[in-house]
Parts: sequence; C-alpha cells; structure tokens
Amino acid sequence: MSDNNLIIESSSQIKQFDSTSSVMWAVSLCLLPAGVWGVWVFGLKVLGVLFASILSAVVAEAAMAFLLKKNTLKDGSAFLTGLLIGFNMPPSIPYYIPVVASVFAIVVVKWTFGGLGGNFMNPALAGRVFVFFSWTGPMTKWTMPKTLETFDAITNATPLGHLKSGLLEYTGIVDRPARFLAETGYPHTKMDSGITTWLNTNMGLDLSHGYIDMFLGNIPGSLGEVSVALLLLGSIYLFIRKIITWEIPVSYIASFGILIWIFGGTRYSGGSYFNGDVLFHLFTGGLILGALYMATDIVTSPTTRKGMIIFGIGAGILTFLIRIYGSFPEGVSLAIILMNIFVPMIEQYTQPKRFGVQLKREGK
Amino acid sequence: MKGLKTFNRGGVHPPGRKYLSENKPIKNAVISDLSVIALSQHLGSPSESIVNPGDIVREGMLIGKSTGFISGNIHSPVPGTVKEISDIYLPNGMTSKAIVIEMEGEFDRLGKETIETNWEHLSGKELIEIINSNGIVGLGGATFPANVKFTLPRGKKAEYLVINGVECEPYLTADHRLMLEKADQIIEGIKIIASIIKPEKLAIGIEINKENAIKIIKEAALRADLPLDVVSLKVKYPQGDEKQLLKAVTGREVPSGALPMEIACVVSNVGTVNAIYEAVVLGKPLIERVITVSGGAIKNPQNLKVRIGTPIKSLIEECGGFTEEPAKVVVGGPMMGFAIYDLDTPVTKGTSGILALTSKEVRGASQTACVSCGRCIAACPMGLNPTTLFKYIDHTEYENAESIGLMDCKECGSCGYVCLARIPLIQGMRLGKRMLRTKKVKA
Repeated sequence: MSDNNLIIESSSQIKQFDSTSSVMWAVSLCLLPAGVWGVWVFGLKVLGVLFASILSAVVAEAAMAFLLKKNTLKDGSAFLTGLLIGFNMPPSIPYYIPVVASVFAIVVVKWTFGGLGGNFMNPALAGRVFVFFSWTGPMTKWTMPKTLETFDAITNATPLGHLKSGLLEYTGIVDRPARFLAETGYPHTKMDSGITTWLNTNMGLDLSHGYIDMFLGNIPGSLGEVSVALLLLGSIYLFIRKIITWEIPVSYIASFGILIWIFGGTRYSGGSYFNGDVLFHLFTGGLILGALYMATDIVTSPTTRKGMIIFGIGAGILTFLIRIYGSFPEGVSLAIILMNIFVPMIEQYTQPKRFGVQLKREGK
Repeated sequence: MKGLKTFNRGGVHPPGRKYLSENKPIKNAVISDLSVIALSQHLGSPSESIVNPGDIVREGMLIGKSTGFISGNIHSPVPGTVKEISDIYLPNGMTSKAIVIEMEGEFDRLGKETIETNWEHLSGKELIEIINSNGIVGLGGATFPANVKFTLPRGKKAEYLVINGVECEPYLTADHRLMLEKADQIIEGIKIIASIIKPEKLAIGIEINKENAIKIIKEAALRADLPLDVVSLKVKYPQGDEKQLLKAVTGREVPSGALPMEIACVVSNVGTVNAIYEAVVLGKPLIERVITVSGGAIKNPQNLKVRIGTPIKSLIEECGGFTEEPAKVVVGGPMMGFAIYDLDTPVTKGTSGILALTSKEVRGASQTACVSCGRCIAACPMGLNPTTLFKYIDHTEYENAESIGLMDCKECGSCGYVCLARIPLIQGMRLGKRMLRTKKVKA
C-alpha cells in the first residue's frame, strides 16, 4: 500500500513523555534509596528478601502473560509489585513468605481480574496482608537496625509495637508515645541524641529522643518503610515529574495527622484532647511509604481529583482508627486496601462536571 | 502571567515548538504543475463538478458548485486544462472526488495589480452572497461555510463577534504571521463581518506567546478606529476551540449540543477574516491559504502561501525536504491533525499545516491496558470522562457513551496526548460518534 514507513494513527499525533512503563520504572527508581538504606541497616540478608519477592513477582507475571498470550513484562508493574512486597517484609522473614505474597499478588489479585489495570486492589498490599494473616509470627518478628545499639531484650519491637504492648503493662503516667518510648528505655542512636539536644537547646524545642531516628530510619520495621527521609527524597522526583500528584498523599497525611492530633493523646493516662503525637505517627508504621507510594497506585485509586481527595481522607481515617483503637499497631495496609474497595463507589459520585451542561438544565 | 484569561476546565500544555517558524515571513509557494482539487473540502455535502476532462479553466474560475445549504463553492487555483476527475484520499482518510488540473496558460490575478472595491454601501445579504460565491469556509479547521455561519437564525441577535487568533496547536504559526503581516486587512475584514451580523461587542483572543501580534492588532484597530477588545490569553491547549475561547473571552458557556449562537456569540478565525477581506475587497475566491510547514524532520520550516490542490510532497521539497526520516507526516496541527502516508495528498481549504515529526517528537510507546490514572479526565476541557467513554465504545455500548456526553467530545486530542497507556482514545470517540449517527439515520 505504501512505500514508506510513516506511522498512521489517530490524533493526537504527539504524546506527552510518560507512558505506563516509564511511570512504573520511575516509581521503582525512586524507591531505590530507601531500599539501599534497608539493605545497609538490616544486612545483606535483606537483599535476598527483595530478590525473592521481585523475582517471584516477575516470574508469576511472565507465566500468566504466557498463559494468556499477552506481552506485559515490559510495563514494569510486576517488578514494582515485587519491590513493594519486599519493602513491606520484616528483614528476617524466611524467603518463602515474600514468594507466596508475590505470587498471590500477581496471580490472584491482579490476573484474575485481567492483569494490570483490571485489579481493584493494590496487589502488593493485598499480598502483604495475605501473608500477614497467614504467618503472623514471622511477619511481626523484627530486627534491630545495625545503627541502633541494642542493650536489652525488649528492643526487638517496632516503636508502634512497643507502644501498643508496652502500654498494657505500664502503670506510670504518660501523655505522648515518644516520651513513653524514651522513658521505658527504647534505644536511640548517638546521632539522635546529638541532634535532639542541639534542636532543644538552640531552636527552643522540647523534643523527646527518638524522632530523628524514626525520621532517618534507625528503627526496626519493614525493610523499606523505615527511612522516612529517603522515601520523601525519592518522592520529590515523582512530584516534579507529576507522576504522583498532591491529592492523595496530602489528604491522607493531613486527615490522619489531624485525627491523631485531636484524639491520639486520649489513649494515654496523662493525655488529653488536642495533644496527639503527630510526628511520631507520621514517622512510623510505614505511613509515608503507604501514603506516597502505595495509596497513590494509579490503578487502584480514584481517577478524579475530588475522588482522590475523598480516597485519601478515607485512608487517613481508617489508618487512624486501626492504629489508635484497633489491635494492630500499624494499619496502613489495611486502610488502603479497604479504601481500594470503596473506589468504584467514590467514582460514581465524583464524576467531572461537564462543560455546558448545567446551563442547559437551567435553560429548560 | 497573572490576570490573563483562559478557560477553566481541563487543558494541556504540549511543547509549542513555534520558534521553528514564527519568525519566517509568509512566502508564496511555488505553484505545482499538477493541482488536485478535492470536491469535498468543507463541512457539509460535497460540491458538484461543473467541468469535464479536457476543459480549459482560468485562475479563480468556479469549477465546483455548492450543492446545498451547507456546502461550498470551489474555484480553480490555477489556469490550465482539466486532466481528469479522479477519486482521492483526503488527509482524514475519507475519499473524495477531485478535479485534477494541469497548469498552463496565463494567470488572471497572479502578478496583476489588484483593485480595491468599496464595500461599505453593500447590504449584509449582498456581502453574504459574495462570501458564498467565493467559497469562503472557516479556515480554523472545521471548514464550516462562512456564509452559513454569518446568516443568523431568524430572531437571533449577535452580542459578541469574537475573532480567533489563538492558534493553540503546537508548531502552527500561519495565523500568527497573518496577524503580523496583514493586520490592517484583518481589521477591515472584521468590519465587514460586523456590518453583516451587527454585534454589540468586538473582541479578538490571542495567546500571550504571540505578544507582537497582540501589539500590532491593537495598533491596527486604533488606526482604523475600530472598538476591538484585544484579549490576551494564557497559553493552554485547546484555547482555540470556539467553546473554550468564548469561555475565556466572554465567560459564557455554550450549552452542550448547541452552537455559539445560543449564547449570542459568533466566532471567526483570523485566517477566515483575511479570506473574507480578500473576497469582498479584492474579489478573490478562496484559492490559496497560508500554511505552516514545520516539524523536527523538516530542513527549513516556513510559512507558505499555498494554492489549494498543491500536493504536500512539493511543499516539503520547497522547505528543503527531510533532514531525517520522519516517523509521521501530519496534515494539520499535531493535536488534531491527521497522519498521512501518501505524500501526494493535496492541500485543501482546511489544511493549516504540514508537519514532519521525528520519533522523538511523537514519543510513541507500546499500548497497555488502561491503568486508570485519570489524566484524561483532568485534561478534558469538556469535563468528560474519556476512559469510561472509551470502555463503553469498546464494548459497543454506544448509548451509554452518549448518556455521559460522547457527543460533546470535539476530538481536541487532549486525552490522547496525556494517555499513559497510549490508548487511541480519539479514534474510539470518532467511532462511537459515527455509530450513533448511523444508528440515528437508520431509526
């Protein structure tokens, strides 16, 4: 028909830079610093966990794509799912658990609904929740980062875990979680002491020890969630590239933070309303990883701006409820996948306002 | 940038790349030996050929007659002999009959002195007849017959005449150059239209990336003592769509499914205004237009005054040919234009540009399933949900698509531009609309 190689397709004839695969790879790239931190503080074994979760996710994707005669490996979504599952694993996890999580995520959560784009639930989080309830023991066994000097037995708990279990036995008066941690001998690094003391003396603050460790990632936790600083750093690039937009992270973090501030303090013997420890809760339990990288999953979050804000607020409320009143210390994973289920309903009520339609009704 | 007007919903910011040609003055293109004049180059029913193979035609002679209320007259762009009447593909992939003319003999207008006629004593009806007989159609892209547009429905009054100098499509600079070089003619053309439709207010919308044009048009209006409101607009695509332009300039929203007349507005493109000036004052039919030949693969991008019917190939050659093998050759702008494979496709009245784009400019990627990122929804200037529309159309649920506003889609390409999954959204919209129309015709 033609003697040239000109591409014929429908308009628009030019496209913006990003594509499905470029977005997936960019998110993976931005998670890299936090992953490297995990490997550094929890040891090389962690690399094995990441390797197991990524490889099994990619192999599961390849197998499903082969069975269904599709070509989806290049889109990078399976790699990202595997990476996120790895990030949500305790460092000392036996390798078969992330493998099960990845295969469950790819085969059951994603491909039974038609593969990328069809799934209604975040595959990585659903995979994590699946293995969490299947192997609760290993999934809640934590390792101290090597930056933290360990000197007694209680220390193998995450700050949130320590808080939840420790409070049951504690009889003294306590108003804020970080203070409780500091008073019950939760360890902190020398760097934390140094910076906290400096801030308290020079900036007129009254910080307890531990915040700096939580921010930098010198606490036990899932291997990719601990370094809030590096997760934030990676997200800057995603915000600049507009791969993630402000709606979900901001509404999630803001609604969660406000609720913690109002009600977070009421759970302690010496606490009161409007005295919650917002920073403590933002820096722990994978909240930043969840709000920036998992709640913002384009497939399983709403498509309109209004919908995204409702979704974020819902996730913030649920995380708050689970974390403060529930029996689980963290709550981020459950909150996000619960909100994933609400997405179709949110979408129904947040369709865009059509141009010229209001006027037509008024005219009638 | 504060204080500039724009439309309020959706829109995208593709790279403009107008610098490739915006400083190149309009140049007369070499006239091709062979002209192919499509009989369907306007909105509405095709014209009817009134010449036969072997006939001798003169420059500017009527060769295709308007066949209905919404149709257009077509004139020979060159003197010569009618070689044949053949079937051709138009840039949009549709077929059309076309008159092929081999150039020979003397030009009646080209190189001759032009005589300006005084039009001020003419009535609106007479002016509309001149516009009709000279085959003027909207040159902004829709090619809607201008005489129909300016014939206001009985009992309707035009409050606003808004001239469209936006040229929001990337790369295209033809309207920009026209405003710079033909400001006085455009002002005169606005006066002609104003005397037909008698609007209360006159405005022209120009995007701020054409600051020199804003200044020159302002000065020309002042010289001619025309109360023209020159509105500077933010750069945002698709600002040049008449609904978005009216929203930006007047604050009014054209109701869904209605024409601008519904809100007492008439919109006309600067190119059309210039053509009306030439028809009324110089007695010249629409046989040539200004187009931009540009793109990363064009050696020497230019703005050319081109005879209708010129094969695209000869214009590309005139601009130095290709610097590298283009990924696409596009007729029109990159957002709404059509990719073509046959470079013998001729220029029609609606051709605003010819672009040879490199693969780097096109930025293709492999198509994936929709990932529900919502970018198309944020981009749609009509407040539609393109991804849901596409899914309905894909499942042949055309009525459902219609119920959420498919017919409001103007195929501006904003959704397709931002789609991560590279889904051919506009193709889907076109298919859905066509299916709905054919169903309605059958019913």
